[in-house]
Amino acid sequence: MENETPPPSANGSWTPRIIAFFCNWCTYTAADLAGVSRVKYAANTRTVRLMCSGRIDPQFILEAFAKGADGVLIGGCHPNDCHYAEGNYKMLRRFRLLRRMLKDMGIAEDRLRLEWISAAEGERVKSVINDMVQKITALGPLNLPERCEAWDREVTRLEQAAAQTTPPLPSTPPIPTSEVAHA
Amino acid sequence: MPKPKVAFYWCASCGGCEETVVDLAEDILGVVEKVDIVLWPVAMDFKYKDVEALPDQGIFATLLNGAIRSTEQEKMAHLLRRKSRYLIAYGSCACTGGIPALANQFEREQILQFNYEEAPSVVNEAKTRPQLAFEENGRQPHLPELHQVVRALDQVVSVDYYIPGCPPTPKITKAAVAALLDGRLPPKGAVLAPDIALCEECPRRDSKPTDVAFTEFKRSHQKLLDPQLCFLAQGVVCMGPATRQGCGAQCISGNMPCTGCFGGTDRVKDQGAKMLSSLCANLAAKDEKEIDAVLAGIPDPVGTFYRYGMARSLLRRKVNLSSNGSPMAAEVTGTKRTV
Repeated sequence: MENETPPPSANGSWTPRIIAFFCNWCTYTAADLAGVSRVKYAANTRTVRLMCSGRIDPQFILEAFAKGADGVLIGGCHPNDCHYAEGNYKMLRRFRLLRRMLKDMGIAEDRLRLEWISAAEGERVKSVINDMVQKITALGPLNLPERCEAWDREVTRLEQAAAQTTPPLPSTPPIPTSEVAHA
Repeated sequence: MPKPKVAFYWCASCGGCEETVVDLAEDILGVVEKVDIVLWPVAMDFKYKDVEALPDQGIFATLLNGAIRSTEQEKMAHLLRRKSRYLIAYGSCACTGGIPALANQFEREQILQFNYEEAPSVVNEAKTRPQLAFEENGRQPHLPELHQVVRALDQVVSVDYYIPGCPPTPKITKAAVAALLDGRLPPKGAVLAPDIALCEECPRRDSKPTDVAFTEFKRSHQKLLDPQLCFLAQGVVCMGPATRQGCGAQCISGNMPCTGCFGGTDRVKDQGAKMLSSLCANLAAKDEKEIDAVLAGIPDPVGTFYRYGMARSLLRRKVNLSSNGSPMAAEVTGTKRTV
């Protein structure tokens, strides 16, 4: 996935790239249902199946953004329907604070979305994804990798100069790893 | 045999890390006996040209504290990297950005404007600001330029080892220095502190409930804190579960919750996200309104969870800030866009 370029739309311009984390028991099954029912929806999501929305570590979401996602969609079972009883509540609580924190970090609220979609709601997969694509298209690309690159231009000049003037370092003797010195 | 050369240097830091070296107390004599200090701006008079005159890798180890935030610090990081066999990021700022990296939530211009014009204690009617170059009595002094972004040391040069903490404790400093001098070193890139969460060595560990079930969050000044009970059980954010140990739980012993200065363990990519994950999962509330009411007790999640780790976090910086002073595409409403 890392080498993938943003999906070109019909006229070759930018369209959003959305990472979708779906739980195995409800939303992923719903997406399957949408597939076998030949429901058509925007092709902008890359779906990651997890056993439960409660398994979604906020690190996954931040990493998706950091690696170039324009939006992250999370799908889980409706309240009271979680296969593991509590997982979707854990996700909901994390989502409430994470979205507030992302806003403080300058990431628009619409870029992170949580939806409860049961295994029977194939149509809803379509409407949610289409709606999210529309909203993120309006927001434009997030482009975090490019932004980081632009931020780092202020330090690359010296780095390149250092690379040119520094002779290759003489190799240091191998260090025994068995004697790891921890405080 | 000549004694190994050691350098201490400081960048964007408060001086607390230097204090730890002094806190080694009489143990510092043992260190000084074994090494030759070739640079230590806070305590001794050496010039940069003395360092430049050394052969490459002529310094055995450099302990560099502070984040990299100016052109001078960046230059020194490169110089010391070239001159040192081992470059060690010493303290939270050098390891993960530290307190200075909280500036990554703001534009440089916003920071300068506040500090030189708007801060309540500032009287500066002429709106004078430091200039990069100026002339005075025929001399032309230069000042370093402030970077737009605050960086951890390893975001500028390659780093051999990390000694975390704000500041690192004398104990882990002593152990690290001893390991260096004896050549007992772990693989490059290792953090020279235990790789396990603080809770494990916490004196209040036994009072941590299995199910914390938060019903409210209080900040430490809003509540009289029980000196025995786990802070989480008191509804106070304690970063212990997401923070590396090695500090000896000093803050806890002083009846203050952990704020996370040692950073995450090796398996953690983003300390803040991990802490958010752990805290939120343990809320008792189940519907949105109740959840939001409990979470309102954490008014500043960025400052709480990334107090020392913003520069090395996954997002690094508020995403809609510019790279050159002129704002990039506005992302969240309220950001002014100028062309």
